[in-house]
Amino acid sequence: MTAVVPNIAQAPMAKPRSEFRRLLIERRSEVLSAWVKEQLREGRSESLPADELRAQGDEFIGLIAEPEETDSILDHGSEGWAPARAFLADLSRSRAQQGFSPSETASFVLAFKRPLFAMMRAALADDAVQLGEEIWRATELLDQLGLLTMEEYQRGREEVIRRQQEEMLELSTPVVTLWDGVLALPMIGTLDSARTQIVMETLLQRIVETGAGIAIIDITGVPTVDTMTAQHLLKTVTATRLMGAECIISGIRPQIAQTIVHLGVDLGDVTTKATLADAFRVALARSGRMVTTVPASGTQRRDS
Amino acid sequence: MNEPTVSREALFELHTDIDVAVARRGVRDWAAELGLSMVDLTKVVTAASELARNAVIHGGGGEMCLQIVTERDRQGLRMMFRDNGPGIAEVDRAMQDGYSTGRGMGLGLPGARRLVNEFALASTPSEGTCVTIIRWKK
Amino acid sequence: MTADRIPILRMGRSLLVTIQVDMHDQLAMTLQNDLAEAIGKHNARGVLLDISGLEIVDSFIGRMLANTAAMSRVLDAETVVVGMQPAVAITLVELGLSLPGVHMALDIERGLALLQRPVEILA
Repeated sequence: MTAVVPNIAQAPMAKPRSEFRRLLIERRSEVLSAWVKEQLREGRSESLPADELRAQGDEFIGLIAEPEETDSILDHGSEGWAPARAFLADLSRSRAQQGFSPSETASFVLAFKRPLFAMMRAALADDAVQLGEEIWRATELLDQLGLLTMEEYQRGREEVIRRQQEEMLELSTPVVTLWDGVLALPMIGTLDSARTQIVMETLLQRIVETGAGIAIIDITGVPTVDTMTAQHLLKTVTATRLMGAECIISGIRPQIAQTIVHLGVDLGDVTTKATLADAFRVALARSGRMVTTVPASGTQRRDS
Repeated sequence: MNEPTVSREALFELHTDIDVAVARRGVRDWAAELGLSMVDLTKVVTAASELARNAVIHGGGGEMCLQIVTERDRQGLRMMFRDNGPGIAEVDRAMQDGYSTGRGMGLGLPGARRLVNEFALASTPSEGTCVTIIRWKK
Repeated sequence: MTADRIPILRMGRSLLVTIQVDMHDQLAMTLQNDLAEAIGKHNARGVLLDISGLEIVDSFIGRMLANTAAMSRVLDAETVVVGMQPAVAITLVELGLSLPGVHMALDIERGLALLQRPVEILA
């Protein structure tokens, strides 16, 4: 994981900070100006204003020039590099959220090469060997920075997606009380393992809160039922049973029924009904109730 | 597994059923402190209980190393269960539901694995077993 | 810190056990034995195991519950396990345990009602 940098040009004091970073500190502002110009040249038209780029760049140069222990920003054991990593992480993620493309985000680092190498060529003009070594070290560091930027950018995007998924999950598993002691859980969409966890937690929690003895899981809105989906359903049914309540599965379309038989899925002794209405009728009966028709009377009292 | 940083560590001897209960309580307390949700806490403590008992009953005794670990931007609970017992000759079979050599139901390992985020098993016959599990905080 | 024995209460023809401590294995086995004795001694027809205070049920305790139910049935008594916590239910299911043959109820009231039903419905 960490790059092994041959420490050839080692000063007697044994500070591993290599020459190019020392030079960077010396010629900070000239590199910075060239870098900002480079970014503005490559970047997109609505990109960040020049003084913001300059401030970011200045902070960044400070962060990568300072660390004394090693030259490798990927050395997670080294605390000196932590601020630099954090800085890059923040920058990449905020650019990701602002909608910059991956390349635009990486250009922050990549545009750094030309001004850095130009500065080094000027400073080490007399020593071709050392120039070669330092350019190699600088390249390694910049490659690592580029990779880090990309990784953090990815993270930023994944974070957005994950949040959206979570919100969708929460919105799509409402538990409704149909009647005293009878809950209904209309499932919309596919039932994957993450969703199953949420469904189980929500349903069981509601059972505890309401003391409901029956939960109707309606799968009308579940497009396909494969072996995995059936397993997830069974998990939910089993967990409900373990708590002392029972489940009825409704909304089983003819195709789904065929698939279930075809796959050899064993639903055990779970009651299944084609419609939510049928399931409700069964639920009422099991809790000792039934629906009757009240004869219309001559005088009708208005409810206030 | 990449190597996360350890910020806290404790060692629990595992030789009797009381040791297993003490180890359970240790995991439970640290999990609660870490702020794991009720379900995640229950899962990780249950997994620890299974593995601790395995070490005592099948491994002839051992120890559990409990750690709070940090990796990038998340924290978690890591446990390492080590014993110097007979080891597991066929790890692949052991990880399938239904495998059993001892008095157990044979559900120990695969079940425990489903309760945690990361699971690693290393075992050498006649040398011992080490099971490492991690539950990350969401 | 560790209890010696879990008390068994008598309620008519039923026995009530409330498990509130995290049981180490020996304690669980002792309870199982004590229950067998108590069923015989009092000619009990039903056993109510209240686990609403149990935060952790692993495969050992799960097995103990299943064994208790099976043993009671042999002694002509029915067992109902009452008040399993949601997190516990979810965990057991993930472990692959469904405790077939063990009756469950949401709370003690419903557990008692279940015990009072004719035996044919329970079997």
